[in-house]
Amino acid sequence: MPRAKTGAKTQTGAAMLLRNGRVIDPLNQLDAHADVLVRDGRIEEIFVGGFKRRPPTHCLDLDVSGLWVVPGLIDMHVHLREPGQEYKEDIASGTRAAAAGGFTAVACMPNTSPVNDCRAVTTQILAAAVGAAARVYPVGCISKGSRGEELAEYGEMRAAGVVALSDDGQPVVNSQLFRRALEYAGNFDLPVISHAEEPSLSKGGAMNEGLMAIRLGLRGIPTAAESVAVYRDLALAGLTGRPVHIAHVSTGEAISLIRRAKALGQPVTAETAPHYFTLTDQAVGNYDTNAKMNPPLRSEQDRQAVLAGLADGTLDAIATDHAPHSSLEKELEFDQAANGIIGLQTALPLTMELVRQGVISPTRLVELLAVNPARILRVVGGSLAPGRPADLTVINPEKTFVFSADSILSKSRNSPFIGRTFTGKAVMTMLGGEITYRDLP
Amino acid sequence: MAAEFHFKHKHILSLEDLTPDDVELILQTAESFKEISTRAIKKVPTLRGRTVVNLFFEPSTRTRLSFEIAAKRMSADTFNISASTSSAVKGESLVDTARNLEAMSPDLIIIRHASSGTPNLLTAHVNASVINAGDGTHEHPSQGLLDLFTVREAKGVIAGLKVAIIGDIAHSRVAHSDIIGFKKMGAEVTVSGPATMLPSYLEGMGATVCSDPREAVAGADVVMALRIQQERFHDPLIPSLREYATYFGVNRQLLKAAKPDALIMHPGPINRGVEIDPAVADGPYSVILDQVTNGVAVRMALLYLLMGGD
Repeated sequence: MPRAKTGAKTQTGAAMLLRNGRVIDPLNQLDAHADVLVRDGRIEEIFVGGFKRRPPTHCLDLDVSGLWVVPGLIDMHVHLREPGQEYKEDIASGTRAAAAGGFTAVACMPNTSPVNDCRAVTTQILAAAVGAAARVYPVGCISKGSRGEELAEYGEMRAAGVVALSDDGQPVVNSQLFRRALEYAGNFDLPVISHAEEPSLSKGGAMNEGLMAIRLGLRGIPTAAESVAVYRDLALAGLTGRPVHIAHVSTGEAISLIRRAKALGQPVTAETAPHYFTLTDQAVGNYDTNAKMNPPLRSEQDRQAVLAGLADGTLDAIATDHAPHSSLEKELEFDQAANGIIGLQTALPLTMELVRQGVISPTRLVELLAVNPARILRVVGGSLAPGRPADLTVINPEKTFVFSADSILSKSRNSPFIGRTFTGKAVMTMLGGEITYRDLP
Repeated sequence: MAAEFHFKHKHILSLEDLTPDDVELILQTAESFKEISTRAIKKVPTLRGRTVVNLFFEPSTRTRLSFEIAAKRMSADTFNISASTSSAVKGESLVDTARNLEAMSPDLIIIRHASSGTPNLLTAHVNASVINAGDGTHEHPSQGLLDLFTVREAKGVIAGLKVAIIGDIAHSRVAHSDIIGFKKMGAEVTVSGPATMLPSYLEGMGATVCSDPREAVAGADVVMALRIQQERFHDPLIPSLREYATYFGVNRQLLKAAKPDALIMHPGPINRGVEIDPAVADGPYSVILDQVTNGVAVRMALLYLLMGGD
């Protein structure tokens, strides 16, 4: 077995022909066997039924029979920990993990140290992202210092390069401030991403409220901590007429609220994370701190509701909430341990499980992991239309592998999925025509 | 000691882990040890040369002393580390504390900690056996076992009895171990208390949940009051201790619904006049001090079963 190539981008020459893959490009109503010609970093043409002309000179000809070719995956919710917590992750390591997971772009949340609440921090992040293995889209803070008291400078951050606003990691408790944020973000056409949590209900909680929490003696976080906050966000979106995006939805109640709002024509979008459609609070088991996150893993009924929401379009996106932590934060008493798990290298394999189970179609997978994140964040990507940058992901839907700790490219290893056997993974990731990850014979 | 049934566990973390046969063996072993504490010379050489560390991160008088007496009566060497003397106050992590203890080769570590699951975490980092002496709001297995011992000593049996537990069921590690233990040994368990302390999913543990304490104690053979633990309240669960005493305190009026010879139990320490009326606590059917006496015997049995082999 040749070793997977990762890390620094690999120049592959001016042109490349991906021959005979299954090209799934929902925005262009395409799901067919086709050849994809990439030249000078862009998609040049897609030939359904096969490339008929002579290949261009110096063209790398790659047979991808049996593989899927899809628009590059976009993870709209990651924590890259730079600046300030580089011992957990940095932009270079986080984007290498992203590329290995099939992602060509990530949106990084602002709860770094310092938080990304001003032009200087945004500029610093983007400077560090030059030459990274994925596009990095900074998310700026809703409030100065993420303290939930005053609006941050959206115009300046927008000019510096933020694509959205969020105080992720904590909710904006003050409803009036959240209303003003939705309004003012409209001036700069910035989406607002809500970490929906009512802190008076979740305070001190370490896992989902229920029998498992009682049995383990852990303080519970009720589902209402999420649904109460989602209802508030939807009401304020209605009041302001501004869109709101709900991050990491974990409960059936919140999904019902979002479904109803969408039926009423409200401009709401929502994401969930792979762990919410894969695991339940049973995974906390023997106080496994890699099953501790916020919102917490919920009940089987909630998991089923998440699956239904992914299938019927209530949930628009799958985002990892990739949250690297070292053993300093995780090898602790459960109630003292930090929330969050890494997810960049397991998101696609976990979503492929849903395709194999018949929960979602391959087209829907591409919508959830590429098309809709690009649409919500209003960034390039999610499409293989000729002329677009050649950001694409080649997926082997049949490749079986065991996710091992050694294969983790993040600096942190806090994953509950180590040792899990998967079928389906990214085998090549291309960013602007350059290969950022390759696991092909 | 001729045990018919071999004890397979290395640690005592939760009563959930034990089978009815395991519990039976512990109780029988405790019976044979109880007599030692009545001798003039209360010491046997059984665990000579064994090292027991009492690692208490929470204040405790009764449990720590009970384990220490149990270990000394078995001739084990005991060492006490309490929160104020441990390196935890210097910022050492539990895992580092565990590794340092392990470097001194103890045979058994008895741990009490405010965080649930801490004994489980400890077992991953030491070779010694671990006994959970109370972790957060999870379990207090040796208390559950001594409660089983005390009821069987007084009633002769456990199976078929009706046990009522009144108080903060949600946040009581004693209640959790008792519900699991009594259910495991065939008793029926009914719980009651303010609804703020009594989530409906408690039924999933096998207890019948009653809103009205009178309904819970109706026909009960055993009535247990739990201490109101003000220090564990993260949010207001009751308006006042006075109102709690009126509506949820175990008193003579409430006990009219129970069997006339119902045993009265309390894991201590008692808030007299709050969760239990002094007349009841000191009454003829109170076994509250027997619980304390039996705690030593049960803990001697646990130490023996975990360390007594070769």
